Amino acid sequence: MTNVRIWLAQNYAPILAGLVFAAMFATYATKGSAGWQVAVLDTAANKAVALALISMAQTLVIITRGVDLSAGMIFIMTNCIASALVTGTPGDVALGICGVLLAGALAGLCNGLLVVFGRLPSIIVTLATGSIYSGIALAIRPTPGGSIDEDLADFLTSHLFGAIPTSLVLLLAVVLLVWVPFRMSVVGRHCYAAGSAESAAYMSGVSVSRAKLVAYTLSGLLSGIAGLFVTFVTYSGDAGATIGGAYTLNSIAAVVIGGTSLYGGAGGAIGSIFGAFTLRTIDDLLLAFGLPPLWQPLFQGIVLLGAVSLGAVRIFRLRNRMEVFQ
Amino acid sequence: MMRLRALGRYIDRPSLIAVGVIVLLLLVGSFYSNNFISPTYLLQQLQIGAFLGIIAIGVLMVVLLGHVDLSIPWVVTMGGMMATAAGNLGPGGTALAIPFALLCGLIVGTVNGLGVAVLRIPSMIFTLGVNAVVQGLMVLYTGGYAPQDRATGLMQWLAGERILGVPNATLVWLLLALLAGFILRLTPLGRYIFAIGNRERAAYLSGVDTRLVLIFSFAAAGMCSALAGVMLAGYSRMAYQAMGDPYLLPAIAGVVIGGANVLGGRGTVLGTVIGSLLITILLSMLSVMQVPDSARQIAYGVIIIVMMLISGREMRTSA
Repeated sequence: MTNVRIWLAQNYAPILAGLVFAAMFATYATKGSAGWQVAVLDTAANKAVALALISMAQTLVIITRGVDLSAGMIFIMTNCIASALVTGTPGDVALGICGVLLAGALAGLCNGLLVVFGRLPSIIVTLATGSIYSGIALAIRPTPGGSIDEDLADFLTSHLFGAIPTSLVLLLAVVLLVWVPFRMSVVGRHCYAAGSAESAAYMSGVSVSRAKLVAYTLSGLLSGIAGLFVTFVTYSGDAGATIGGAYTLNSIAAVVIGGTSLYGGAGGAIGSIFGAFTLRTIDDLLLAFGLPPLWQPLFQGIVLLGAVSLGAVRIFRLRNRMEVFQ
Repeated sequence: MMRLRALGRYIDRPSLIAVGVIVLLLLVGSFYSNNFISPTYLLQQLQIGAFLGIIAIGVLMVVLLGHVDLSIPWVVTMGGMMATAAGNLGPGGTALAIPFALLCGLIVGTVNGLGVAVLRIPSMIFTLGVNAVVQGLMVLYTGGYAPQDRATGLMQWLAGERILGVPNATLVWLLLALLAGFILRLTPLGRYIFAIGNRERAAYLSGVDTRLVLIFSFAAAGMCSALAGVMLAGYSRMAYQAMGDPYLLPAIAGVVIGGANVLGGRGTVLGTVIGSLLITILLSMLSVMQVPDSARQIAYGVIIIVMMLISGREMRTSA
């Protein structure tokens, strides 16, 4: 019983995010004009999974007490690369996918190298590299276009066994293959330690540099997977910097809603996934309830602001004013 | 030697490097075209740079505390839209257009400050939410189209005209920089801002009302953004959707290139002015040379990184 209580206390933020999402999605699916339909599920899942992957990428960096303002730009860069490489024979497609993922991981590694060895704050490094990545995306696709292997795309964006969206299965696979091993590994633990108290971690013999490099590289890889996935959804590459910026900002919001501390050292990718799902469902809900389109941006803003303000409840429970200063 | 040291008190190493880079850019540019070192071109840069420079001074006030203001894009747009809207409400509105826009900026900035200082929500995420709300309000107000209201004569005069050959926009920028420099260097409030940026706990325990200082800085940043919006609207004779979007990242970059520490506690107004000017000249030269947009973005990123590697090495990387 105590074990359950401890587990609940440790994971209440992701659980809360999950419950909020479940309630919202249930409302959407019952109130929505389309009702419970496989097609509705597929579209909803496809829209949410790209953001969920970028939010996972963002989580990894935020855990080390950094922030990745280039996540959205790595996403559009890999989207453009995928729209150029992932076509042709099955062999070409496989090689192309590897190339896309490698590009994402390399971009993340560059961020990590500059943060670790350049000793620069991550917010500035990723601000600058984000500009570079969006420049590369624009060089590959000056105008939206390109193509991708359509059979694979259709398979990955529809559903399995009649009802389960393939994109969700893909997301689960990424969680099991990237996040869970990372969280279980020593290096993952070191990332939490580095984010929580960097000098203490360093003094205890943690290789902070290595931990950060791993976190940034995996983060780039996840953004790359997101870029690849969105190519499957749209069949094309688009180097719009505003799209990248919007994804970056939404990913930070999703991470916060999912209960990861922006001060590093606490939280996890599962919460961020639910955070991303929640954000996407808000958009759909507003549509389903027939809110006039002009009111939507305002409501999205208010919901976003309200969601992040929930974290402030902690402040009013503190007995000692000094604890306010993180 | 003494003189050099006296100079060193007012201009720090990152700013000197930034000045060096500006001179280098202009020299290299002059091989491409003589226009780059002509007074006309330089004055034009000082005029265009004023919009970025004014925003950057607001960013500096917040960055010195170790915070960041991501609500800039839509506060700038709001400043432009509210000023043009008020300016078309008859003679009284025309007179009050600029004060009204500044008041709106002050209100939004104060909301940012309250969220950060009282609710203790990380500024990065709270100002992001405020940005979304302001965007929602502006979309609702304009119906999603560019407003038809024209900028008032005073706005156009401030942004577009010149006195004795010096652009008025540059003068506004200069006055604002002097005011910010005065506050930061010569008032207790300025000391408090640096103290909080270095160690908020210590400042609080020394009796500084840290909340008020935080709210002041965010409110000042909001007013700077709104002022830049007013002037931008004056420059292009009207306000339009998302007019502030291209200014967020360059403003932060300008502040940082000017030697401010994004984690707070270090930075100068002079550095910020020089940093904004560097970014303005860099973007303008790349566009005059008709470098494709992709290469321009890559060059922009590379230069920021290189400059940071040269001048930002001694920065502490964790708070």
